[in-house]
Amino acid sequence: MTAATVAILTSPPSLPRIARRVLPGFGLTLGLTLVYLSLVVLIPLSAVFIKAGSLPLGELWNIVSAPRVVASYRLTFGASLLAAAINTVFGFMLAWSLVRYNFPGKRLVDALVDLPFALPTAVAGIALAALYAGNGWIGSLLAPLGLKVAFTPLGVLVALVFIGIPFVVRTVQPVLEELEIELEEAAASLGAQRGQTFRRVLLPLLLPALMTGFALAFARAVGEYGSVIFIAGNIPMVSEITPLIIITKLEQYDFQGATAVAGVMLVFSFAMLLVINLLQAWSAKRTGRGR
Amino acid sequence: MSAGVLHGRALARRFEANPATREPIWMKRLILAIALTFFVLFLFLPLVAVFSEALRKGWLVYLAALVESDALASIQLTILVAVIAVPLNLVFGVIAAWAIAKFDFRGKRLLTTLIDLPFSVSPVVAGLIFLLLFGAQGWFGTWLFEHDIKIVFAVPGIVLATVFVTFPFVARELIPLMEAQGRDEEEAATVLGASGFQTFRRVTLPSIQWGLLYGVILCNARAMGEFGAVSVVSGHIRGATNTMPLHVEILYNEYNFAAAFAVASLLALLALVTLALKTFIEWRAGRVETVDD
Repeated sequence: MTAATVAILTSPPSLPRIARRVLPGFGLTLGLTLVYLSLVVLIPLSAVFIKAGSLPLGELWNIVSAPRVVASYRLTFGASLLAAAINTVFGFMLAWSLVRYNFPGKRLVDALVDLPFALPTAVAGIALAALYAGNGWIGSLLAPLGLKVAFTPLGVLVALVFIGIPFVVRTVQPVLEELEIELEEAAASLGAQRGQTFRRVLLPLLLPALMTGFALAFARAVGEYGSVIFIAGNIPMVSEITPLIIITKLEQYDFQGATAVAGVMLVFSFAMLLVINLLQAWSAKRTGRGR
Repeated sequence: MSAGVLHGRALARRFEANPATREPIWMKRLILAIALTFFVLFLFLPLVAVFSEALRKGWLVYLAALVESDALASIQLTILVAVIAVPLNLVFGVIAAWAIAKFDFRGKRLLTTLIDLPFSVSPVVAGLIFLLLFGAQGWFGTWLFEHDIKIVFAVPGIVLATVFVTFPFVARELIPLMEAQGRDEEEAATVLGASGFQTFRRVTLPSIQWGLLYGVILCNARAMGEFGAVSVVSGHIRGATNTMPLHVEILYNEYNFAAAFAVASLLALLALVTLALKTFIEWRAGRVETVDD
């Protein structure tokens, strides 16, 4: 992959462009960028595929399809999908409130939306575990209802919702800010109810941004480790996420097993990256915004 | 960076004043109530919980947990790692943004995507790749062992993993900013005889400084807070290869909750400072924008 990438990137651009190039430093900066990128990111990442590829195919398959590993995929992907869906609904409401309404403390709410980006995942993990444990502020309210969150798959869901919040809000918010007010005025003057305007005019315009936010939150959730392990309980087959499987295998010095599972996660990451790029291109086209 | 709150209040007033863009009052209250409940449950309470748990046993226990020698060692290591990783990615980010934003070449989109790659990789996988390269069974493991160089389960491994996960922050902040800025001013400076570095320092830098600062503080927050990737390569040696997040984990797993939350509260403070700076920068950038208009 690395060699092909370098070949594509360094192939000469069309001639007229060279003639227009006034600024200095193109060769130097691009060269340094490619070297640093290769050393820090591309070569290390390729190690996963080379190592996993050196395993016999049958053995590779046995590792990545072992029941305990498959159970972890089910939990990781299922909880991530659900968390991303929850984030899409509530993140949209939060973005809507921040753009369209004024309320006391708005500045604080707007700033704290980015907390999951800034707060180390381990800190988020222990804080959520303390809140949702049986004797915690929220956990003690849920316990009489027979609802256990901490140390169950529900705990995984809570942690993944936390880390996904900014993705939806920050993707939808700028699009909402730039929507033309005339669209809604036109719909209203033509006799549309508020609900109709929302469904027929606003939602189609916001859909690409909502889907991008969903995909970003989902992709982030699947790889998440730090905030989950403290609240999950980590019971094999029940509340064990895939990144934890990798850690467990490493602690048993099972490097091949860890690498094989990591390979599955990487392939998924690349697929999500492609999907997100396509969604963003669609979103930019739909709203007429450049990158 | 979106225009943010500065335009926010005026914009919201416009929406609320216009009958065509406002909801019935009961609907508005319902949406606000749901959104703010979600905010309090998932964002506000976890933050409050960190400080409340940290101070549960009083200030003396809190301070004792912070000045304990392993805690101090972890704070030192965390700062050291950030001091190495952040400048590296700052320099890289500026160089990459210059190449991508100021020139046209084939494969530009691919290159931009590749720079973002570390954001889509699970932190655990990010740590694993450095084990595969430099671990005892890794590609360079034998060579490193023969030359008595320790990378994995030592500070260099922690730095490498941190550099990997914080790789895109500065570049991705600068690229759209420098693209939007165009090339005319730099080209004029160059034609008038400025060297490349002079052009960058006098023409480009003043207009990207806030974006640059923004990228750096985000990069720093992640560098100091990274857990998964660092956890794989650190080896968890107390007082030697434990960063603050790893120290939090160890204390927590020992059921020493007050101390775990005390160290965690420092990281939470760092997050709050990061968010405050971010809000300030957006406010500054918004003001510059309005003046320019």
